Amino acid sequence: MVPLSWYILLGVILFVIGAAGVLLRRNILVVLMSLELLLNSVNINFVAFGRIYDDFRGQIFAIFVIAITAAEVAVALGIVVALVRNKSTLKVDDVTMMKG
Amino acid sequence: MGQGFFLLFAAVSVITALTVVLARNPVHCALALMACFLQISAIFVLLEAPLLAVIQIFVYVGAIMVLFLFVIMMIDVREAMSQRFLPGGNLPALVMLVLLGIEMSVLVLWSDRFSVTVPAGGGDEIRQLSTTLFAGYLLPFEAASVILLVALIGAIVLARKEQG
Repeated sequence: MVPLSWYILLGVILFVIGAAGVLLRRNILVVLMSLELLLNSVNINFVAFGRIYDDFRGQIFAIFVIAITAAEVAVALGIVVALVRNKSTLKVDDVTMMKG
Repeated sequence: MGQGFFLLFAAVSVITALTVVLARNPVHCALALMACFLQISAIFVLLEAPLLAVIQIFVYVGAIMVLFLFVIMMIDVREAMSQRFLPGGNLPALVMLVLLGIEMSVLVLWSDRFSVTVPAGGGDEIRQLSTTLFAGYLLPFEAASVILLVALIGAIVLARKEQG
């Protein structure tokens, strides 16, 4: 069967790729998608550990993560639509309205 | 057999995740992310969490990615497509990411507590899972539903056109 460390390593790889997308890309939509990738890598770890220790709380926390992610995406995309309507830009560097 | 399936799904998910970060067109990013979520749902099936796999497909592939594609189509992405993406543009962040990946991989491979294999499970787990969810975690469940309602209203208010 598959060792636990393989699942954890897959989570590590996806987490690093998602963090690279958040830190290196300049497009707001791609940054949001990379955030989804980060949360999914965490979900893999939750479910794998829950499976190893025969505990359902891993899956339950993964369900909560998915629900909160849905809320986050709805609000973030609303903000993106309002932003494009007001400033007509999609670059992260151009959004400096809250900068001092 | 399980190892072969896991390696297949893991390889495809890593390749599609790299496509999400490296592709220039946001539509390609969204489609690659959809493929990645499907692979992760297959990995949930390997981990004997079929309910979570179905939720993953319904919520992520069915709802969130459709929302992303909808917003991408509402927004003009031609300017974003034309701009070049250089991986070496932000060198400190790149160095930090490489260090982070090396550190986590070394820690996982170093420890021998992660070498246990995932056991094969029995049936009737969804019943126990739902009992745990709706008995022990009822209050967080209701809080999540309230958060979803607030997000729904907030998205409508944010995306609405200004009056006058």
